[in-house]
Amino acid sequence: MLDLISKLQLYFSYPFVRYAFIVGLLIALCSSLLGVTLVLKRFSFIGDGLSHVAFGAMAVASVVGLTNNMLLVLPVTILSAVLLLRTGQNTKIKGDAAVAMISVGTLAIGYMLMNLFPSSSNISADVCSTLFGSTLILTLKPLDVWLCIGMSIVVLLMFVLFYNKIFSVTFDESFSKATGINSDGYNLLIAIITALIIVLAMNLVGSLLISALIIFPALSAMRLFKSFRGVIICSAIISVVCAATGIIISILASTPVGSTIVSADIVVFLVFWIISAFTGRTKK
Amino acid sequence: MNEQIICKNAALGYEDGIVTEDINFTVSSGDYLCILGENGSGKSTLIKALLGLKPQVRGEITWVNGFTSKEIGYLPQQTPVQKDFPASVREIVLSGCLSKTGLRPFYNAKEKELAHKNMHRLGICELEKRCYRDLSGGQQQRVLLARALCATEKMLLLDEPVTGLDPHAQNDLYELISTLNKEGITIIMVSHDISSAVKYASHILHIGKKQLFFGTKNDYLNSKVGKSFLETEAETDA
Repeated sequence: MLDLISKLQLYFSYPFVRYAFIVGLLIALCSSLLGVTLVLKRFSFIGDGLSHVAFGAMAVASVVGLTNNMLLVLPVTILSAVLLLRTGQNTKIKGDAAVAMISVGTLAIGYMLMNLFPSSSNISADVCSTLFGSTLILTLKPLDVWLCIGMSIVVLLMFVLFYNKIFSVTFDESFSKATGINSDGYNLLIAIITALIIVLAMNLVGSLLISALIIFPALSAMRLFKSFRGVIICSAIISVVCAATGIIISILASTPVGSTIVSADIVVFLVFWIISAFTGRTKK
Repeated sequence: MNEQIICKNAALGYEDGIVTEDINFTVSSGDYLCILGENGSGKSTLIKALLGLKPQVRGEITWVNGFTSKEIGYLPQQTPVQKDFPASVREIVLSGCLSKTGLRPFYNAKEKELAHKNMHRLGICELEKRCYRDLSGGQQQRVLLARALCATEKMLLLDEPVTGLDPHAQNDLYELISTLNKEGITIIMVSHDISSAVKYASHILHIGKKQLFFGTKNDYLNSKVGKSFLETEAETDA
């Protein structure tokens, strides 16, 4: 036991581990907040689609040789988020098909570009780390960390300030529209925050596992809590605790960060599910 | 009578086709208007037009005497999303006050008081902390009514409010709506249920490809279209 603690102490004396920890917790917090809305709006898979878009954009950025990927990845992802969330309303291709199409399309193109114009000798390692975020988080520079902290604060602020509006638009868009709430505007806001979170979270868990970070805390919290506020708070706590646990375990056991965090989320989900089954609060 | 909505020769529809036309009617303060029509006769398009969400193709719809489309308390049909939504009754009722908050991010004491008053009015105070998805269909409709009342004191627009309720709950809801009407709130209800429409409404608007009837309930019962509609309904019920 003492061994483990001293090992942790050793790791946390490195600045990059501390950065990773801070960034990880912030990302987990932000993604869980929005996760509740996305799950309830039946957009669980949008995180997955968007993260593949971000993957494609990242591939393009590295091919073009941009020093800061964010400059390309962020706008492209936000644009796709806006387009995808709009499709829910009126298009020939239905929402889920549109997400699937964009998601696999950008994934394929991104992978092809990475192969055609390799930026380093070890393509499969590059691809693997972009998809699963295995080491990315430990290579963060102070600039990335500050960027991440800044964006998290923006996301948190927007969420708190527009909390009541987001609730109303999520619960009943027609009613909000009828009483003069600019629900299209708030949907756009939700789309933009989602895109921000996805791009942030790619650093932590990689693009394939982002959906997990978004939906698991929300789904777990929805098992047990009866009010929107309760669900949001609970899901935020679950997400932060799981991220912390996941990062610490991954340091101690040398497992990949992203999949360890997601495993922790899965365990919590199972526990909540069992509790809800025993207390008779199963979903009808 | 104090007119609230005047609709003149309105044609409703989409860019590629008109769903219904020649719509002429007036809604005055304290009316109970029931809008009848087959599926696809343009009832939902009319709702959107009345709410000011979708402009008419031709003609005029005007909100008069200081009444605006934003003062209509709307009770939409339930969506699948809502059926298992984790939200407490209080949160939902309070969200009716949202249009009053403007740019202010949170609700103030006055709005909370209003929400409480309306929960009391509809007899759902003891449900305040309960979860919306655990309520019965009739209770859910009461919650949504309370929310609509938080948004307005002038007019309620109800879209097929009794769909999916058992007969007893349907009856309760009709009585409740009738009570609200007697308290001075204008009611516009879109419905399939013609027998209740003629029982409670003061005015009937019947639309098809164009307007088939508008007038008081008694005139409707004596009109050709009213009689034939009542007969076909009686046959399908039997």
